[in-house]
Amino acid sequence: MQARLSATDLACRKGDRLLFRQLDLDLGPGDMLHVRGPNGVGKTSLMRILAGLARPFAGSIDRSGEVGMIDGRHALDPDRKLGDALRFWARLDDGAVIGEPLRRLGIEALGDIPVGYLSTGQKQRGVIARLLLRPRPIWLLDEAFAGLDTASQDLLADLVSEHCKAGGLCAFVSHQPVDLPARTLDLAEFGG
Amino acid sequence: MRTFAILLRRDLAILLPGGARGSAFLPLIFFLLVAVLYPFAVGPEPSLLARTGGGVLWVAALLASILPLDRLVAADREAGVFDQLALRGISEEIAMTARLVAHWLSFGPLILIATLPASALLSLTGQTFWRLLASLLAGTPGLAAIGLITSALLASLRGGTALAGLLLAPIAVPLVIFGAGHLARDDISGALFAAAFSLVLCAIAPFAAAAAIRAARD
Repeated sequence: MQARLSATDLACRKGDRLLFRQLDLDLGPGDMLHVRGPNGVGKTSLMRILAGLARPFAGSIDRSGEVGMIDGRHALDPDRKLGDALRFWARLDDGAVIGEPLRRLGIEALGDIPVGYLSTGQKQRGVIARLLLRPRPIWLLDEAFAGLDTASQDLLADLVSEHCKAGGLCAFVSHQPVDLPARTLDLAEFGG
Repeated sequence: MRTFAILLRRDLAILLPGGARGSAFLPLIFFLLVAVLYPFAVGPEPSLLARTGGGVLWVAALLASILPLDRLVAADREAGVFDQLALRGISEEIAMTARLVAHWLSFGPLILIATLPASALLSLTGQTFWRLLASLLAGTPGLAAIGLITSALLASLRGGTALAGLLLAPIAVPLVIFGAGHLARDDISGALFAAAFSLVLCAIAPFAAAAAIRAARD
C-alpha cells in the first residue's frame, strides 16, 4: 500500500470569503493528521478538496492511492435493510463481503433492520464498516468520531492506528480529543 | 458494465413497485383517476369521450410522470451517495443512465398496462387504443429523460418538485404534440416523431443530469 497525499500552497474560497490559504501538507505511509479549528474555518472544505470532490481556489493536490472517506452523510438507503444497503457498496468494491466488517463494528445483529430505524451511532458504525470493505490507502474522516459512544470511539481509534501501521495514512477532523499519536493542524492559523 | 448492473439493481430495488420507497403506484393511480374523472366532468357521451379521450390520457401520462420526480435524485445527493460513488471512480453519467432506465421501468410499463382499462373507461375504439399504446411506448422514455434532467437540476433546491412540473411541461410539449397527434392520423409518423424525440432526450439526459449533479457539488 503506497499511500501519499500532499498539498502545495492550498487556498479555499467559499463565496467571497477566503477560508484558508498557503496551506502545505505532506502525508506519507503511517502518517496521521488531526485537523482542528473553530466552526466555519473550512475543515470540511479541506477534506473535500483533499478527497478530490471539490476544486481548491488555488494550489495543487498530489494523491496516490484510493481514498476512503467518511463525511457527515451516511450514503446508506434509509428504506433498505442495513445489510442490503452495505451489500450494494460491497458489490461495487469488487464483491467484498460485509460479514467481517460488521462483526468488527459489533453490528452483525443489525443487518436485517432498515437503516432509517437505526440510531445515529449505529448508522455511523455502518459507515465505518463500509470503509473497511476494501483496503484503501488514504482515509479522510470528517467528524467520524461524532455520535459514537466511548467504546466505538476507541474502536475507531484502534482501526485508524491499525490502518496507519499497515502503511496507510489518515487525516481526520475531530472536535473531541482523540487518543492517537497524530500531528495537529490548526486550520485557524491559515485563515485568510 | 458490471458497475452499471450493480447500480441498476439498487435503483430498481428502490424505485420499482414493491420497492423500498413505496410510492411507485402513485403515477398509475393518478393516470387511472384521470380516466375515471374525465367522463364525470364532460358527460358520458361516448362519441365525445372517444374523440378526446386519447389526448386526455396523453396529458395524464405526462403529469403522472412528474409524481416520482420528488426524490429521484435529491435523496441520493443529500445522503452523499454520488460523492461516495465518485471516490470509487464511478462517474455520475453511469449512475444517471442506470437511474434513467430504472425511472422509466418504475412508471412506464405500469402506465402502458393501465392504458387498457383507461381506454375502456373512455370508450376509445380498438384502433385508437393501439395507437395510444404505440405513441405512449414511444413517448414515455422521453418523459422519463426530461424528468431525470429536471430532477437533477433541482436536486439542490428546496421545494424543487413543484418547479419540476413547470420545467418539465414546456420541454415535453413536442412529445405531446407528436404522441397525441398520432391518434388522429392514419400513418405512423406521429409515433415515429415521438420516438425520435425520446431517443434524443434519452441520449442527452445522463450527461445533462450528471453535469447538473457535478455543478451542484461545491
